[in-house]
Amino acid sequence: MRLSKSRIIASKDFKVFMKKKNILYSIVVVPLVLSFLLPGVMAYAGHKNGASGVSGAELTVLLPSFTFLYLVIAGVIPSTIASYTIVGEKVEKSLERLLATPTTDGEILLGKGIAAFLPPIASILGGATIFMVLMDLVTRGTLGYNFFPNWNAAIVLFVMVPFAVIMSVEWNVVVSSRVSDVRAAQQIGALIVLPLGGIYLAGELNLIPLGTTSNLLIIAGVLLALDLILLYVAKATFRREEILTKWK
Amino acid sequence: MIETENLTRKFGDLTAVDAVTFRVEEGEVFGFLGPNGAGKTTTVRMLCCLISKTSGKASIGDYDVGKDSDALKIRKLIGLVPDNVGLYDDLSAYDNLDFYGKLYDCTEAQRKENIQRFLTMLGLWEKKDVAVGVFSKGMKQKLGIACALVHDPKVLFMDEPTANLDPESAKTVRDFILDLKKEKRTIFLNTHNLDEAQKICDKIAILNTKLMAVGTPEELERSASGRKTVVQLVQVSDAILAALRKLPVRDMVVEGNKLTFDVLEPEKENVAIVDAIYGASGHVQTVTVVGSTLEEAYLKLVRLDEK
Repeated sequence: MRLSKSRIIASKDFKVFMKKKNILYSIVVVPLVLSFLLPGVMAYAGHKNGASGVSGAELTVLLPSFTFLYLVIAGVIPSTIASYTIVGEKVEKSLERLLATPTTDGEILLGKGIAAFLPPIASILGGATIFMVLMDLVTRGTLGYNFFPNWNAAIVLFVMVPFAVIMSVEWNVVVSSRVSDVRAAQQIGALIVLPLGGIYLAGELNLIPLGTTSNLLIIAGVLLALDLILLYVAKATFRREEILTKWK
Repeated sequence: MIETENLTRKFGDLTAVDAVTFRVEEGEVFGFLGPNGAGKTTTVRMLCCLISKTSGKASIGDYDVGKDSDALKIRKLIGLVPDNVGLYDDLSAYDNLDFYGKLYDCTEAQRKENIQRFLTMLGLWEKKDVAVGVFSKGMKQKLGIACALVHDPKVLFMDEPTANLDPESAKTVRDFILDLKKEKRTIFLNTHNLDEAQKICDKIAILNTKLMAVGTPEELERSASGRKTVVQLVQVSDAILAALRKLPVRDMVVEGNKLTFDVLEPEKENVAIVDAIYGASGHVQTVTVVGSTLEEAYLKLVRLDEK
């Protein structure tokens, strides 16, 4: 495996993304909106009719769940890019030419993976930083301390979010082999968000307390296991022979 | 340069390419003719190490097709112009070529030199910074060929390079292939354009799942039904006919003062025919060689196979 080849493929895909406004918006807008919206809501929530706002006890449950929202969007954003990088090549009929170059299947897959992995990670971490700074400004008065950064948020953002992005990319590789339309690939690819959204809801309903480090590590472990399973399936799907003879 | 021996590819119960054997010499333009579904693209994909073969042997240069350790070496040695142009519409012509140049490990200097050279040859240098999405079909096809050439491959596979092009664009592409021929590159040309094959190719193979025939365009024309010599005389006489019957000519047909013969080698046989006529005091007005065309040869072979 030559990383230089994957880097060339990823750089080309980055160049293409920069020209595609819909992809750029999907990468930047969602995390950014979330980062301003949540602290904004928190600043005004519970202040109606002279009430003193959300209590400190409620905040310690809500804030970890909010952080978890970044895990949910980590499932959505890569599907826009990953479906384009593979199905887009299929639609533009450029995949055969790419496969005819002296690169291995693994190098191409890794290149596509890097292109679909790095922009969402950068965008999510950037958005999460804004979110944490603003949220601290809004909640410091109630809590008496800065809630962020903390170890649980670090686990979510630096361990679980990358795992979720990888899972989304791999899932989209598998989906790409079965569809021949970018939108269909994005829609089916985005289904990966369902289990992540389910965990978020469970957290909101306090069925799975998301403020507990042990729970987060267990979820991270499950994500890692899913990543490994999907990696195996994606590698089996992304083979020259399969692509040229069996892909739709 | 390219050699196959009983090369076969099956998809389940369907045999797409059946025991195909041929040899392409270095610097040769080899035309691969056949109807849709004949297995032309499948053969190219096997030779380019894109799909595996079911059985048989194939090699390009010193490398074996189907041997994992040789696959990357073969791909580096060859260039492929697939039947779909397959360019990145959002990138400029230069960026498309630069991307492929990098994948083929060309140095920056090599890429710059080759990109300028091929874009200039194809009349696209002025458009190098324009996004490919706005290019016409002909321009895209030319750029697609340049992408396959950016690493200066010894062997170029072209799958229907002029299909769906208007006559002017098709001619530009054909002229470019002829320029490449002068550079002594080995070119494997998949086409069902017989006229194109006849104009460009040194050797032609006719494929219909099985290999029906291989040879130069002239050999294939001859193989269909030989050629005919038509001699127009001032006056046909019994003496002339008697003299001609002594020759090993076949199927002589007399129509007024016109004589028609089946000949295998008109260059030799016509001399004897004309000598015999003069020997019998005959006067020749014209001698014409009428050959079967490549189209007739192709249709005969393909129809024969379908029966």
